Amino acid sequence: MTTAATDVVRQHLIDPEICIRCNTCEESCPIDAITHDERNYVVNPGKCDNCNVCIAPCPTGAIDSWRQVAKVEMYSIEEQLKWDSLPPQRELADAEGASELPPEVERIVAAASAGQGGASPPPWSAAHPYVNLYPAAKPAVATVSGNFRLTGDGASSDIRHIVLDFGQAAFPVLEGQTIGILPPGTDAQGRPHHPRLYSVASPREGERPRYNNLALTVKRVDEDHEGRPVKGVASNFLCDLAKGDTVNVIGPYGTSFLMPNHPGANLLMVCTGTGSAPMRAMTERRRRRIPLKEGGSLMLFFGARAPEELPYFGPLMKLPKDFIDINFAFSRVPGEPKCYVQDRIRERAADVAKLVADPNTFVYICGLKGMEEGVAQALADACREQGLDWDAMLPTLRAQGRYHLETY
Amino acid sequence: MTIDYSEKIPNNVGLAENRTLQRALEQWQPEFQSWWADMGPEGSKGFDVYLRTAVSVDPKGWAHFDYVKMPDYRWGIFLAPAEPERKVNFGAHQGEAAWQEVPGEYRSNLRRLIVTQGDTEPASVEQQRHLGLTAPSLYDLRNLFQVNVEEGRHLWAMVYLLQAYFGRDGREEAEALLERRSGDADNPRILGAFNEKTPDWLSFFMFTYFTDRDGKYQLASLAESGFDPLARTCRFMLTEEAHHMFVGESGVGRVIQRTCEVMNQLKTDDPAKIRAAGVIDLPTIQRYLNFHFSVTMDLFGADVSSNAATFYTTGLKGRFDETKIGDDHKLVGATYPVLEVRDGRLVSVEVPALNALNEKLRDDYIRDATAGVERWNRIIEKAGIPVRLSVPHKAFHRKIGPLAAVHVDPTGNVVDDATWARNERAWLPSAEDRAFVSSLMGRVTEPGRFAGWIAPPARGINNQSVDFEYVRFG
Repeated sequence: MTTAATDVVRQHLIDPEICIRCNTCEESCPIDAITHDERNYVVNPGKCDNCNVCIAPCPTGAIDSWRQVAKVEMYSIEEQLKWDSLPPQRELADAEGASELPPEVERIVAAASAGQGGASPPPWSAAHPYVNLYPAAKPAVATVSGNFRLTGDGASSDIRHIVLDFGQAAFPVLEGQTIGILPPGTDAQGRPHHPRLYSVASPREGERPRYNNLALTVKRVDEDHEGRPVKGVASNFLCDLAKGDTVNVIGPYGTSFLMPNHPGANLLMVCTGTGSAPMRAMTERRRRRIPLKEGGSLMLFFGARAPEELPYFGPLMKLPKDFIDINFAFSRVPGEPKCYVQDRIRERAADVAKLVADPNTFVYICGLKGMEEGVAQALADACREQGLDWDAMLPTLRAQGRYHLETY
Repeated sequence: MTIDYSEKIPNNVGLAENRTLQRALEQWQPEFQSWWADMGPEGSKGFDVYLRTAVSVDPKGWAHFDYVKMPDYRWGIFLAPAEPERKVNFGAHQGEAAWQEVPGEYRSNLRRLIVTQGDTEPASVEQQRHLGLTAPSLYDLRNLFQVNVEEGRHLWAMVYLLQAYFGRDGREEAEALLERRSGDADNPRILGAFNEKTPDWLSFFMFTYFTDRDGKYQLASLAESGFDPLARTCRFMLTEEAHHMFVGESGVGRVIQRTCEVMNQLKTDDPAKIRAAGVIDLPTIQRYLNFHFSVTMDLFGADVSSNAATFYTTGLKGRFDETKIGDDHKLVGATYPVLEVRDGRLVSVEVPALNALNEKLRDDYIRDATAGVERWNRIIEKAGIPVRLSVPHKAFHRKIGPLAAVHVDPTGNVVDDATWARNERAWLPSAEDRAFVSSLMGRVTEPGRFAGWIAPPARGINNQSVDFEYVRFG
């Protein structure tokens, strides 16, 4: 793996052929990242933080221009000031990095992986992912072939397993990748809704093997992080879909949170709620390959409020114990003390530490942003207990593509 | 008539709490609507137009896009956010706190400035009212309506100042703004360029490029005013003015691009053949440019003006980018060059800078306008055609000030009447030119289709595609 993918950035530029030099962008930029001379208006690559405040006010659309460039080769202000037209997109050394992700997708992905300390490479034996085959301007159209409620009748949350069929359209995905859903309609500003990202919950060869379909795990959002009532645009759209309905899908995305493919690879998975989607995909991939006797163990820490709130609880319980070591943590079971995934990790410290120390082990964490710190602390404690220095191990794990975190 | 103020009239001036202003607006609003029905875009009633509506002053709020049924556009009243501790930044009152009320001694001058600016807004709507019938595409029709409703909003902005700060006089002036008519022999608009016709889309694009750019410079100078409500109002209007200049710059650019395409297809620069192919030849475009540039030159007023000096000294109207200029902001002892005619030649003479503020603003404008013409030249250059457009000399075809007394050719030579008469058709659009351009005008209403004399734009509005249905006919 070269480092190019992590060193490629999406540089914000202004198209000098469309720009009318009206100064609106410079006026609206909250951090003075835009400047001009007699000839051009330009964006300071060292200052712009892609907040996008300037995009809507621009009367021409010239401001909405981007180029994928290696970080060390970003166009300087001086270069931009000389342009009569935008330069063509350069060929980049790494084809993955060259794929131009939509800005919202890039923001979400960056925020989701922030907890692991930025982008990191995939496992060395990961399969090559396809990314960004379908941009927002040209989404793939999928047909709903199933929509089932996963949570129990008494559960407070409505989590659903939704199967999308792509018909004749190629939409190759790997376990751990995400896809973007474009909810129909427009937002309060009259613009199309931003895409929402969902992790694929099925393995690469389809929810149903050799069918061109995939599954998503979607929780109906009816409150925000602070508990205020709010109706999630995309999740409600998805949860209300009936068989035969169509959905516009963009992506796929993700070049890092991928599973290893070599025999003997171990997976240590920590998740809560719908963070279980990629874990289900990886587990299912491995389950289907049990007959191949490739070796390697799976260990799962899975948190939810209560058993009836835990997606895939039933199917998980049926998996052979020698195939996967499952540890549930429930925080809201009446009459029982609250238990979180980090508590279970500490309980299993010896096994966890042993697994993490194995160079064939790959760690995956997925769930709400709030779990990040607690889980990292629990992993550190488990290691210390066994005489290992987690802080010293982490950079190696990351560099080797063995530590992946996705939170939202 | 009852008005739900915050919903019907988006505003950040506390309209819901201001009973006096409400009463004034309640009377004025029906008059405005009746003016719009009479003089606004012809035949537009019931159209659903994909418009940008300002609903607040932050960058997200003033670019709210959605279909709006004409004429239900919500004309709002917005002032740019207040700058705490803002001062009067120039003139005799430099350093004093900016005025939140009208200083009594400057009342009539301030009112005059506001009325003159305000008068241009409805005037351009009147000038452009027939253009919708010949729009070259839905995209262009939408842009025309956007320009029109925003000119309407700018009228509201000026009327707000008159009604909120000038009492009875202000209310009367607000009504007079709806009574004058562009081109009317008895009750014309105040400034000359705003009584000219805008008979075709090339004129419209030239108008929005050249004449609305005068608006930009006037508004920018007023945005420096010591009278804070005027400064904040104009500051916000500038954000909308940019769209108008975009319509002009990209409109003319697309006309040029289409002409160049046809010239290359036919491998000819013969205007007759180019016209026969249904596009506008570059010499005609140059003549239109000359006309609109020169008419706009006059809008800046007399080259030497004691009024301009008074407005500056009293802190009412600053220079363009006043606070970015590194001088004393009083212009003590400073001079500035203006043109005079001596012995049949134009000569540059130094006059007190205070008296040459119109000329200074005109020169700032020329730099800006010329840069855009150079961008048009890049389109021609890219097509490999050895022709360049240029702005005429600033003394060319003037009707105001001492330069009105002589004929000056586009390169700046004073010429006699006979030479002028012989060449006028080469320098300014003739009746035949205008008739030809008019003959091309015809309405195109199919989404994504464009009339043959204009190229499609590079991008759609608000990231929509070019073939988006920007206007739905009722």
